[in-house]
Amino acid sequence: MTNSEKNRLKDKAFQVFGVFCTFIGLVVLAVFLFDIILEGARRIDWDFLVSLPSRRAARAGILTAWVGTLWILVLTTIIAFPLGVAAGVYLEEYARKSKMANFLEINIANLAGVPSIIYGLLGLEIFVRQMNLGGSLLAGALTLSLLILPIIIVTTREAIKSVPRSVRDGSYALGASKWQTVWNQVLPASFGGILTGIILALSRAVGEAAPLIVIGALAYVPFTPSSPLDEFTVLPIQIFNWTSRPQAEFQTNAAAAIIVLLIITFMLNGIAVYLRNRQQKKIKW
Amino acid sequence: MRVSEKIIEGLLWLAAVITILITAGIIWVLLSESISFFQVVPLVDFLTEKEWTPLFADKKFGIAPLVAGTLLTTAVAISVALPIGLTIAVYLNEYAHARLKQVVKPLLEVLATIPTVVYGFFALTVVTPFLQGFIPDLAGFNALSAGIVMGIMIIPMISSLSEDAISAVPRSLREAAYGMGSTRLQTSFGVMVPAASSGIVVSVILAISRAVGETMIVAIAAGQQPRLTLNPLVPIETITTYIVQVSLGDVPRGSLEYKTIFAAGITLFIFTFALNNLSFWIKKKYQEKYD
Repeated sequence: MTNSEKNRLKDKAFQVFGVFCTFIGLVVLAVFLFDIILEGARRIDWDFLVSLPSRRAARAGILTAWVGTLWILVLTTIIAFPLGVAAGVYLEEYARKSKMANFLEINIANLAGVPSIIYGLLGLEIFVRQMNLGGSLLAGALTLSLLILPIIIVTTREAIKSVPRSVRDGSYALGASKWQTVWNQVLPASFGGILTGIILALSRAVGEAAPLIVIGALAYVPFTPSSPLDEFTVLPIQIFNWTSRPQAEFQTNAAAAIIVLLIITFMLNGIAVYLRNRQQKKIKW
Repeated sequence: MRVSEKIIEGLLWLAAVITILITAGIIWVLLSESISFFQVVPLVDFLTEKEWTPLFADKKFGIAPLVAGTLLTTAVAISVALPIGLTIAVYLNEYAHARLKQVVKPLLEVLATIPTVVYGFFALTVVTPFLQGFIPDLAGFNALSAGIVMGIMIIPMISSLSEDAISAVPRSLREAAYGMGSTRLQTSFGVMVPAASSGIVVSVILAISRAVGETMIVAIAAGQQPRLTLNPLVPIETITTYIVQVSLGDVPRGSLEYKTIFAAGITLFIFTFALNNLSFWIKKKYQEKYD
């Protein structure tokens, strides 16, 4: 065998290995989803969705968990959306090149890399203890807002950056002020991108369990929360709690709750992808 | 008009500055609670003791077993994710059709969107029983399953960032390699991967940082037994799992046990902070500039 034949053989071998590696992740994903559906789907019915938690697996439901998750989603959006977009607008449109702007940028990149459980410790000390909110929905939503803030800021900046200079120049030429330009031209033009970023950030927040466990969200909450100061649980914590129990019936419950959680996560991601594609098709600068 | 413009700019500035307050808050919270911890437990004991038993009657406060558990699960995860992720990056760039790449990339990203508590369930109920078929000694809770599943989770992180780095290498380099008669494999590993090495290293460091801070997978599947070992077959405990374990229990505020989670937290924070900044530094210093 000549050298070049050998090299061609190695090339082919790597190609096979490449296909193998590319599909192993997808195969694992498929096996996994199949396994969960096989185990959990038969447990999902109307009763499961509207029942309170219980010590008996067969009677336990996820009402408090998904209502808590919904509350957290809404509150987190209300807190993180204006804050993140405002910070993104400032950094992209207002901040001049300076040491301060540079520092802000490095700081945000750093925050994006801080493990979620550390945000839990921050929330525990600041929101739960100092501000005396206890293990409430509000404390949880504030904690998760800080966690997703870097994601919203970064995606907002990218969306604003894609608006061409000529749009701003046109606005200024008509006598608009800086804020009028931002509010009437730049933000509407970049809204699709900003929305995509927020939805992706929320899909991250929906799946978080660790920071909420640290701030003291409970696994067993016998009522649905009715105000932001009520105690709560969320789907990931309910899943964690059921997974930690040895009885097989609780594993089945966990699988069923996972199906519900995955539907929510995939739906949020699907909306984000749809918005992004529509945006890319609609606008050609 | 001028005044309202200034007020608005001030408010926007405030929103941006909040991010600095968050960092300051994290450092202040971790430091203040840890300092009062280290007033009781000497730092030397914390670093040199070989046992971590703050919740037992005979209390020992050596962080080493938790650090060992964290590094063990991370090492398993990276040894799964690095070869697979890098191969995917090279394959998609050099071998695959553009159409295949368009389909596969978003599908792989799905792996990164699945909540980690779901991966934990998978590790405990599918991967561990499956591996026990080959490895009879494997305990019900172990670092191996947790690490493998964590590795699968971070594949898209390495593949996607590495792929970006490789596709940023200019066409001329690739064409020169092909012009010399190289195969795709030789072009990839002789030219493209070395040229993109800083970007690939950055992706791996970020993946390590992610694995070190990962919580729910290890809390569910790796066990809660702090143990100074490199054996992936037995139950261990990571730094993050310990924080969860204490948070689930009823530990009174101000007690030494309560402060241990902040001492564990600051250890974790130092690790991830160092890794993240190392990646920024490499990106800035070694990124090849092609014109």
